[in-house]
Amino acid sequence: MDNTRRKFLKLAGITAAAGVGTTLIGSKAMANSHGGHDAPAAHGHNVHAEHGGGHHHPPEPTGTRYGIIIDAGKFHDNPGLADQCQKVCHDYHNVPDYGNPKDEIKWIWTDKFPNVFPEHSHYRKDDRLLSMDIIAMCNHCDNPPCVRACPTQATFKNKDGAVMMDFHRCIGCRFCMAACPYGARSFNWRSPRGVDKEGHPFIKKYNPRFPSRMRGVVEKCSLCSWRTKKGLDPLCVEEANKTAADAMVFGDMNDKNSKIAKLLKSRFTIQRKPELGTHPSIFYII
Amino acid sequence: MYDKGKVLIGLAIFVIAALSIVGYNMSLGDSATFRSEGNPGPEKPVGHKSCVKETAYMQSSHMVLLNQWRDEVIREGKRELIVTPAGEKVEKSLQNGCLSCHINKDKFCDRCHEYANVAPYCWDCHFEPSKPPVHKEVH
Repeated sequence: MDNTRRKFLKLAGITAAAGVGTTLIGSKAMANSHGGHDAPAAHGHNVHAEHGGGHHHPPEPTGTRYGIIIDAGKFHDNPGLADQCQKVCHDYHNVPDYGNPKDEIKWIWTDKFPNVFPEHSHYRKDDRLLSMDIIAMCNHCDNPPCVRACPTQATFKNKDGAVMMDFHRCIGCRFCMAACPYGARSFNWRSPRGVDKEGHPFIKKYNPRFPSRMRGVVEKCSLCSWRTKKGLDPLCVEEANKTAADAMVFGDMNDKNSKIAKLLKSRFTIQRKPELGTHPSIFYII
Repeated sequence: MYDKGKVLIGLAIFVIAALSIVGYNMSLGDSATFRSEGNPGPEKPVGHKSCVKETAYMQSSHMVLLNQWRDEVIREGKRELIVTPAGEKVEKSLQNGCLSCHINKDKFCDRCHEYANVAPYCWDCHFEPSKPPVHKEVH
């Protein structure tokens, strides 16, 4: 009897020790493997830091890359010019006016500096800057988040750098609107061909050269791709330059002899929310 | 077999009657059927000799061509003008191309579409240049 109990206790002890031991070794192994994951990541950061800035930049796109430089100072000196540019764009593209800011459709618009450039956080901005109405529009990003979000490829990156919309394919899911950090996309909650409560049409005067949209479709600036292909400037650029020369400069940034490429070389320009890595094609001279 | 004579005569009449319908349609041919009774009669534009492709193709597959144009223009940026066999230049566009010759949508597009009972969604956004959309919906 005693002998059997002794044997039993021995066995139980060994088993318990083995159990605790395996758990310990196991958890240590787990910890090691976690450390293993951490190590290359840390190493990766170092690599990026060596390349400068701590940011990882994708390779610069080649080929035609259209962009616009907006000289905010020239718009500041010509009050009303920005609104004129918006009117020309919206009139041509049959952009509806639903009469309230919640449903607003905008391809190009103006806003105050702190809203257009929220990353400039200092409290003591100068009066000129704060009084400016700054033109904002689709940034035609080199790395467009809207294009990644679109489930139907209704929005896509053109060969010449414009972020385009195929309205036929848009299913109105509004993922692109959530993805766009610039608020450049608007959704037609109602039919653009409708009328408001007083019977006023949302589209005052139709341009017969351009279609309207339908309810449930997202729309945005197309960088006037129907014009740029013919060698013309986008409508807003053309309109702005009628009043103030070079208020907006449009061109191929990869063409070294183009006005925009030379201006980008010679002037300090800023982009909207560059920290997001979207690489906008719209630049500002403030 | 009882009533052999009657049955055979009846069978013969049935076969002839059935085949005569097929034969009649075959003698008419494809385009003739389209133009026979009940032809919606779309009005062709005056003063233009030819469309961008031959009539038979346009009748059956104009929607395919329109989709091709859309993808080429928007996605590939191929916005060059189309030259018709008669030498006219046409924009690759429903609103600015097709409707520049076929100026009356009611008498051209709609006649066939109504006849065929199809409601293409082109007109949700596109419209006849001379006739901007009429506002009906009230929100």
